[in-house]
Amino acid sequence: MLKSLIVILMTSVLVNNYVLNRFLGICPFLGVSKKLNQAVGMGVAVIFVMLLATLVTWPIQMYLLEPNDLGYMQTIVFILVIAALVQLVEIILKKYVPSLHKALGVYLPLITTNCAVLGVTINNINDSYNFIESIVSSLGCGLGFLLAMVLFAGVRSRLETSNAPQSFKGLPLTLIAAAIVSCAFFGFAGIIENLFI
Amino acid sequence: MKNESKLSILLKGLVKENPVLVLILGTCPTLAMSNNVISAVAMGLSATIVLLCSNVVISLLRKIIPDQVRIPSYIVIIAGFVTMVQMLLHAYLPDLYQMLGVYLALIVVNCIILGRAEMYASKNNVLNSALDGLGMGLGFLLALFVIATIREVFGNASFANLEIKFLADYKIAILTQAPGGFFVYGCMIALVNKITKGRAIKKKEFGCSGCPNVHICKKEVCEKETSQSLNIEKGAN
Repeated sequence: MLKSLIVILMTSVLVNNYVLNRFLGICPFLGVSKKLNQAVGMGVAVIFVMLLATLVTWPIQMYLLEPNDLGYMQTIVFILVIAALVQLVEIILKKYVPSLHKALGVYLPLITTNCAVLGVTINNINDSYNFIESIVSSLGCGLGFLLAMVLFAGVRSRLETSNAPQSFKGLPLTLIAAAIVSCAFFGFAGIIENLFI
Repeated sequence: MKNESKLSILLKGLVKENPVLVLILGTCPTLAMSNNVISAVAMGLSATIVLLCSNVVISLLRKIIPDQVRIPSYIVIIAGFVTMVQMLLHAYLPDLYQMLGVYLALIVVNCIILGRAEMYASKNNVLNSALDGLGMGLGFLLALFVIATIREVFGNASFANLEIKFLADYKIAILTQAPGGFFVYGCMIALVNKITKGRAIKKKEFGCSGCPNVHICKKEVCEKETSQSLNIEKGAN
């Protein structure tokens, strides 16, 4: 049991990294990774929202949609639940935990339309994980996102001063650097089979 | 807003304001679905249909939807059309449905669609919005098709699953993998930069100005980012 949970966690952090391998959440990855502290703030906010979203959407799918044959409503219900949840969390944090709101607040509204959050909730259902496994997988995806953001923020601070050809300046160079970081994550491909199974 | 001809509204999405290569919207499906020409075309067509329908409906309802709840309303309208496309594909083309997988549902959060709803359909009449949606959708399809062709022909020596014999010994397999997506997309944007001499991109520095969330996000991060990037650009010049 514990072993399978560790496998799920490590797989979603390293092997199936959401940003670098499955291309979910590319917009914040490219947009907010300029500064290390912004990258960390965004990453922590994403972990937080992913966990909350899974906590709420998994029971909705299993106990509300599936018994009533409403599986086709999944997309609409999930996106609305996530959007409402993010708003609610923002209001609660603002009122009761102002320090946390100050740290995460600016990133929360951006996350509503982040495809990584909707993606992780739908993937948990598609992979037919149970409740605990879903939570662990969301945690892993969030940690993977944070890891990719932090690593890439480091790479980008070097790119700012590089002497690139004129037409490659800015976004093209950033994308090519992302390709190289993504290559590096290929090294983890066999790690799960060899370490745990 | 100045008067544009109907044709220019349709055509600007294809080239001048191509959503993928110039406005840099919808990067996730572009990268994920461009390793194969068939999945790229299927993704492009599904997104075009959703974009066209949602632009028309949002334009029709633009005077009824209150300003404060417009983003959630747009999301519900878009999610409705995405669900319809999902059900149609599931029923008639189950293979494609399997191939697109989770990315089909993720059309809901595709920035192109929400972006056009916010930037265009909420301010213009129905016919113009429909043309804009069609043009932008076809621009998305075109960009996906070009990127997917490069990746599939050189990475897998095939085109739409038809084998190309003389390239079979020279496959660059990494192009069909994740890093190849980033690499080819980066090179395409650089090419567009080169052709337009940087005019197209400079107007829309990547980040918040092109982001559909600019109105809902707190703007603090955005404004800081844009002013920073402006300063960097000034320094570079």
